[in-house]
Amino acid sequence: MRWLRNISVVFALGLCLTVCAAESDGSIASAHQPDAEAEVNISEMLFGHIGDSYGWHITDWNGRHITIPLPCMVYSRNTGWHFFMSSEIEHGHSYNGLCLAQEGRYEGKIVETAPDGSQTRPFDISITKNVASLIFTAVLLIVLVLSAKRWYGRNDAREKAPGGLAGLVEMMVMMVNDDIIKEAVGPHYRKYAPYLLTVFFFIFLSNLLGIVPFFPGGANVTGNIAVTFVLAMCTFLAVNLFADKHYWKEILWPDVPLFLKFPIPLMQMIEIFGLFTKPFSLMVRLFANIMAGHAMILGLVSVIFVTAKLGPVINGSMTVVTMLFGLFMDCLELLVAFIQAYVFTMLSGVFIGMSRQSEH
Amino acid sequence: MNLLLPDSGLIFWMTIIFALVFFVLAKFGFPVITGMVEKRRMRIDDAIEAARKAEDAIAHLNQEQERIVAETRAEQARLKKEAASERDRMIAQAREQARIEAQKIMDEAKARIAEEKEDALRDMRREVAMLSLAVAEHVVRKNLESDADQRLLVDKLVDEMSASNGERKITSES
Repeated sequence: MRWLRNISVVFALGLCLTVCAAESDGSIASAHQPDAEAEVNISEMLFGHIGDSYGWHITDWNGRHITIPLPCMVYSRNTGWHFFMSSEIEHGHSYNGLCLAQEGRYEGKIVETAPDGSQTRPFDISITKNVASLIFTAVLLIVLVLSAKRWYGRNDAREKAPGGLAGLVEMMVMMVNDDIIKEAVGPHYRKYAPYLLTVFFFIFLSNLLGIVPFFPGGANVTGNIAVTFVLAMCTFLAVNLFADKHYWKEILWPDVPLFLKFPIPLMQMIEIFGLFTKPFSLMVRLFANIMAGHAMILGLVSVIFVTAKLGPVINGSMTVVTMLFGLFMDCLELLVAFIQAYVFTMLSGVFIGMSRQSEH
Repeated sequence: MNLLLPDSGLIFWMTIIFALVFFVLAKFGFPVITGMVEKRRMRIDDAIEAARKAEDAIAHLNQEQERIVAETRAEQARLKKEAASERDRMIAQAREQARIEAQKIMDEAKARIAEEKEDALRDMRREVAMLSLAVAEHVVRKNLESDADQRLLVDKLVDEMSASNGERKITSES
């Protein structure tokens, strides 16, 4: 009850402030807000954030973009390797015939413009914003886990339990290990535990860093389908490379009436299709959840800018409402960050467990 | 749409980075932590087992102790009872002895009393004989004048005799 009252007080205060602001500079606000541009900016901002980019745009300051340039590595079939910083191709500049496509299939990507004007996509392994964020996440994860591990070298873990960072890492690791992996995989969980733990912490940390709105967080890593594709691919390999005879028999000669599998391999087709839908569902679930979360928060924040042209009163009150919704969404995203990591790990574990079921 | 097409560069980097992270963490990170926790878990299990055994031992000891105490109590009660019966027996014996002793004394006393009585009777008899003799003497010494006189005399003598011994003696001498 008390916090409810506090929230309502904040709400009322916010409304009062906006009304005051409206009285003091009523007409100025709408004067320097070009209406059409605002909407375009929002769509650009939204997709610019959700998508990938060659530089890491941090903020705008006095009308200037503050962007960290990232290295681009491009291999062109005609001109060979090119290494340059992303700042070289900003604002429509081109570097050795390479530039950012403004429109078309490759919009926002580096393309090579041939003398006849046709654009081709070179082999592009640039360190983009997402790659940089991936590296940061990876380094952070390794540092976290290894520094927690150091505790075990210095102390006798048989005699006491760690506190601080090591305690936190141990708690999380054992939670995932005992409650997710052991339950999902079954008796052979030990062999798969390192992989599933890595997957869980990688996704969880990426999700958390994605919620952080400023550098070095804020990149939409796990909301990018390439990232989830690789993760799902790893699970696909973990399931199918170590599967037992029973698993393959279930797929190639399932226990169903003969006519379902002999002249036309109906069941086999379904089973093989199912082989790929499982990782596909993993990939899409994680990608869609995280991307939707980012889009939702960004959309809510955009409401502030969209309503700017509707006058200070509406803008101010909408700001307060948006802040509250944004707060709610951020809390929800924290939950989703954990749940999606949990679900991905658990389902991977279940799929792996299904591939090893005859041995117990 | 762009969002749904995985970018090859990102796939490339993600594969490398994830493989690297997996390699490092799977080799140096997680197995160490889980292994250590497993060891600690085993140790805790062992400690719990040991504690349970110790508890059992203590319970056993307690039982033993209780048994010993109970035994001692029983022994004590038995000894007490024995002592009491011994005491009772001794008292009864003493009483019996006392009774026998008393009886003996009583019998002795009775015998003595009977003896004394006998003695007294004998003395009396002798005395009576002596008296009779004295009376007879007196009777013989005095001349018999008449029957009346004789009877008077005898009465007088008998009266004198039934008085004190001394008087009787004095009378007999006179």
